[in-house]
Amino acid sequence: MNHLEIQLPGLHLKNPVMPASGCFGFGREFGGLYNLSDLGAIMIKATTAEPRFGNPTPRVAETAAGMLNAIGLQNPGLDGVMNKELPWLEQFNVPIIANVAGSTEEDYVEVAKRISTAANVHALELNISCPNVKTGGIAFGTIPEVAKSLTKKVKEVSAVPVYVKLSPNVTNIVEMAKAVEAGGADGLTMINTLLGMRLDLKTAKPILANKSGGLSGPAIKPVAIRMIHDVSQQVNIPIIGMGGIETAEDVIEFFYAGASAIAVGTANFVDPFVCPKIIKDLPELLDQLGFDHISECTGRSWK
Amino acid sequence: MIINEQCSIVSQREIADNIYELILRGELSSQMNEPGQFVHVKIASGYDPLLRRPISIANIDRENHEFTLIYRKDGRGTAILSSKKTSETVDILGPLGHGFPIEETNAGETVLLVGGGIGVPPLYELSKQLVKKGVNVLHVLGFQNEAVVFYEDKFKSLGSTYVTTTDGSYGTKGFVTDVIKELSFDTIYSCGPTAMLKAVEAEYASHKKVYVSLEERMGCGIGACFACVCHTADDPSGFSYKKVCTDGPVFKAGEVVL
Repeated sequence: MNHLEIQLPGLHLKNPVMPASGCFGFGREFGGLYNLSDLGAIMIKATTAEPRFGNPTPRVAETAAGMLNAIGLQNPGLDGVMNKELPWLEQFNVPIIANVAGSTEEDYVEVAKRISTAANVHALELNISCPNVKTGGIAFGTIPEVAKSLTKKVKEVSAVPVYVKLSPNVTNIVEMAKAVEAGGADGLTMINTLLGMRLDLKTAKPILANKSGGLSGPAIKPVAIRMIHDVSQQVNIPIIGMGGIETAEDVIEFFYAGASAIAVGTANFVDPFVCPKIIKDLPELLDQLGFDHISECTGRSWK
Repeated sequence: MIINEQCSIVSQREIADNIYELILRGELSSQMNEPGQFVHVKIASGYDPLLRRPISIANIDRENHEFTLIYRKDGRGTAILSSKKTSETVDILGPLGHGFPIEETNAGETVLLVGGGIGVPPLYELSKQLVKKGVNVLHVLGFQNEAVVFYEDKFKSLGSTYVTTTDGSYGTKGFVTDVIKELSFDTIYSCGPTAMLKAVEAEYASHKKVYVSLEERMGCGIGACFACVCHTADDPSGFSYKKVCTDGPVFKAGEVVL
């Protein structure tokens, strides 16, 4: 029996493990290391209407059990992703979740409308929570009414279900989740990175050229668990959980919190083979814990 | 092919002030061929330090399945690495990146290898391969001071070697560029601080073949995270880019903005 198969809006996942957006590029680098068809899905790097170079370097700084990044949504733009990256990914039997970003509502709508028509894009992930762009992004992710309105507009044009990626940089994450659910979101992905900064001992200045960046990695896992625990009890849409996952044990903890699938981010940078390893380890761990299917784990912390 | 392997430590010793030579044994040495490539080193298991450290390959010994890394103890990660002992293992991902194109040089030509500080190590494997090919090799190696000079004798056994120190405590006082202008050559391969690479490029790229190896903070080392990008020289403020980890770390001078 398959212990790992999951059905979510728009997504038939052979397992609930997928690389998180921004931590996997468009798959090409990892495609040389293992068969991408083994993954549950792939969340591709954020796509904006126009190409973006992103921020100056240094763009990453290491922290205790984590890293700060301020890449700045570098991507080849909608045309590049539609004409080059998505067609390349078609050789694999894996659903793509396209991360959509922008500075204005019009940007998001334009990208969502076109990218959702690509044959292998089975869902969108609305990026309203990137901390590293000057305009848009984070504002959409911190004001409930703005997030709701954007979700609604994107839902109107998208040909596939829409998941909204929530920022942890808010006072009330449940309020944000409810707002996007009311806007018509089919699911949530959470959490994006936490805003942070590191200073250089010699220069006294921030290490990142962008000054601040998004904190990811094992350091943020407890924050993600708490937020998924709180949100999953208050909404009726599924959650794809992320934030510091490195092992099969971490995956189960996210499911206990209330997630129905998970994404692996920073760990891909440390061990590029981490996703297939987790997929391989999960069935045995479920056996040990006495579960027939991973979906039995969802929400056990509060059920 | 990129391999992830626990390599065993054959030896580790401090060869100059805070400069360590680490010899590792692993099957991934069979994948190493291009001088100037690097490996991504997981310093310790667990979460601290979390990220790998990119370190260039200084010597490849395929016969014995060994390779050498030379690094400067300069932060938490390299401090932990320097405390590792023979028979312990180190988690290595590699080989990574594109190295120096030795096919750009023919037997009988003269090549200048210009290294600065901890940029010197990859030039050793490069020099070995060039000498094997019948290329005349000259080395100009710049260091801060006498205490951090290393591998001078090893380079001398391959070709003429000029050492400079910033403070004049050893060799010629000054910078590598002060020595280079006295020499004649066909091609330059260089690795070191950006200021040095800029000086070499500015002076020689217009009339010589010049290749430079860049250093940049990296996340993944395999091209996925976009941490180590640089602008291309033909589009210095546009969207065109190169990744130091996979397109480089070696570039033809004038290809990217230093």
